[in-house]
Amino acid sequence: MKYLGIEPARPKVAVFDFTGCEGCELQLANKEESLAAFLGSIEIVNFREVTSTRRDDYDVAIIDGCISRDDEVERIKEIRSRAKILVAMGSCASFGGVNRMKNAYNLDDANREVYGDKPQATGLTRSIKEVVDVDLEIPGCPVSKEEVERIVQHLVLGVAFTFPVSPVCFDCKHRFITCLFEHGKLCLGSIARSGCNAPCPAGGLGCWGCRGPAEDCNLEQFIAIARERGFSQKEIDERLGFFGGFEGLR
Amino acid sequence: MLFKVMAKSSFEELVGLLLESNEVIGPRMKTRHPDGKGVHQFLPITAFADMDLDYEKSEYSPKTYFLPFKENLSTYRFQGGDWEQEIKYRIQPRAIVGMRACDINALVKLDKVLLKGDFPSPYYLARRKNTFIIGLDHDPCENGFCASVGSDIVSHGFDLFLTDLGDRYFVAIDSDRGYRVAANVEIRDPTEADNEAYVQTRNRIAKGFKVEVSIRNLPQILDLEFQSPVWKKWGDKCLSCGSCSAVCPTCYCYGVEEKVAMDFSESAKVKRLYSCNLYDFAMVAGGHNFRPSRESRLKYRYYHQHRGFVETYDEPKCVGCNRCGDVCLAGINPPEVITDLEKEAAR
Ligand code: SF4
Ligand code: SF4
Ligand code: SF4
Ligand code: SF4
Ligand code: SF4
Repeated sequence: MKYLGIEPARPKVAVFDFTGCEGCELQLANKEESLAAFLGSIEIVNFREVTSTRRDDYDVAIIDGCISRDDEVERIKEIRSRAKILVAMGSCASFGGVNRMKNAYNLDDANREVYGDKPQATGLTRSIKEVVDVDLEIPGCPVSKEEVERIVQHLVLGVAFTFPVSPVCFDCKHRFITCLFEHGKLCLGSIARSGCNAPCPAGGLGCWGCRGPAEDCNLEQFIAIARERGFSQKEIDERLGFFGGFEGLR
Repeated sequence: MLFKVMAKSSFEELVGLLLESNEVIGPRMKTRHPDGKGVHQFLPITAFADMDLDYEKSEYSPKTYFLPFKENLSTYRFQGGDWEQEIKYRIQPRAIVGMRACDINALVKLDKVLLKGDFPSPYYLARRKNTFIIGLDHDPCENGFCASVGSDIVSHGFDLFLTDLGDRYFVAIDSDRGYRVAANVEIRDPTEADNEAYVQTRNRIAKGFKVEVSIRNLPQILDLEFQSPVWKKWGDKCLSCGSCSAVCPTCYCYGVEEKVAMDFSESAKVKRLYSCNLYDFAMVAGGHNFRPSRESRLKYRYYHQHRGFVETYDEPKCVGCNRCGDVCLAGINPPEVITDLEKEAAR
């Protein structure tokens, strides 16, 4: 259907999974009320979770998960060479995600901890952009389906998309939430990128920064505030390191 | 202005009458801070007893009943080559009970911008006209400085405004409908003694302010101190989170987003309140950002409150509730920032 006179394109899309929980892929298949329209607006040529089609003629490759093995490096390079647009989907693909915590330990120890006496091939966790060029990162653990829908709309209509730049606090305030710091809880909301509608502060958990840092976030001041309110540097570092989005800023 | 006196039981009766045919909003305790102090919010009530009229100030301002954080401005439906637009201004009649003077003064300021300006907002008008306002006086809240900015007393912008005289209320009536509603319960003319008690109560309240801010000459001082190190000092602390504007009873900035249905059959223009402290507030087409630094954005917020608004409307935009200061994780608050500027200018 034409929108404001523009005939939407119907790009060929493939979704590939790397190291991760596949939760973001599941998100793509969620939101039933608009799922048919979503899948109809693109042509899915390869996506293990929703179709048995396996074609290589995709325009857009959506990558779920991070890179943590050598064979994955080869695979992502191959995909990059075919795709016109490569999208890193979710915190794992964008920053390494929770998998990145492994990098703080000795790799052999980590391997033993997880696989016992049957060690598996595993390397340091890397985000997709650390291995190949990425055209777009959609942060979130998992990604917001609503945001993915908007991105796809922009893609098919050929209109530029921008992410919100403000910190989660702004979303949180729009939900009339009493700040968790008032109740002695740590929250990354004032430095983390919004757009998620602050489900974690609303649920009393505090933000863990799954969408990475807000634009020009004031990390230094945040750490000072958290320290002043009695949180240890270790607690703060653990929180900042959880999804890997603050890597490089710290 | 017409003054009457009403027994406390009559006020309860009056709220009951309003509840019969209106949505009634009042101050309710939502939760408590760990120190035991209640956190209040303006929320729908179903009975008089739901309200805690002794509340100090609500965490969020009741502005959101006039300027919601999110509002659907219009919806479009596309069919064939044509489209249909639907705009809904109508709202259910609503009464807000227990608003403080500062919050009513904030509405009076918003009226100037949104009703009397060059581009009156029909959305705001509909909500404003359909909302019956009963204000309630109180002793100063902990860190409010409304008296310093002339917002501790309100002379219009409400239907009824009550001052607690112990066993009765002194009632100021500012609208025809206020009179008609009040006349449904027992009211009487004030006696000499009532008038005296009212003046004494006002005097007690006026003496109760712990925070005082000098805003004399502030617009000029702001001009002189445009390059002041004070801005860097506070700007470096700012998290650019926009919480201050979200809770501020007079902030009205917004952005409009297009929300398109996934099947492209319809779309909506959705307005969302915004904040000048947010990174992209002054970002223009082409990607240039006129206020890329925290310092410049924070400064701008103070300039609008205490300089720009004064130039247009001869009064500050700020009503001195200090909600922005209460909510700021970085501890940025108007009394301290303004005092710093005054000191800097006096050096
Ligand atoms: S709870 Fe978190 S997101 Fe919400 S205002 Fe506080 S710091 Fe910000
Ligand atoms: S609140 Fe924080 S952790 Fe939760 S979804 Fe949003 S960005 Fe992620
Ligand atoms: S002044 Fe405080 S509340 Fe306002 S944007 Fe800065 S840090 Fe956030
Ligand atoms: S410019 Fe800033 S201070 Fe002024 S109304 Fe907008 S958000 Fe509030
Ligand atoms: S600027 Fe702060 S003190 Fe002034 S009206 Fe807004 S929230 Fe209240």
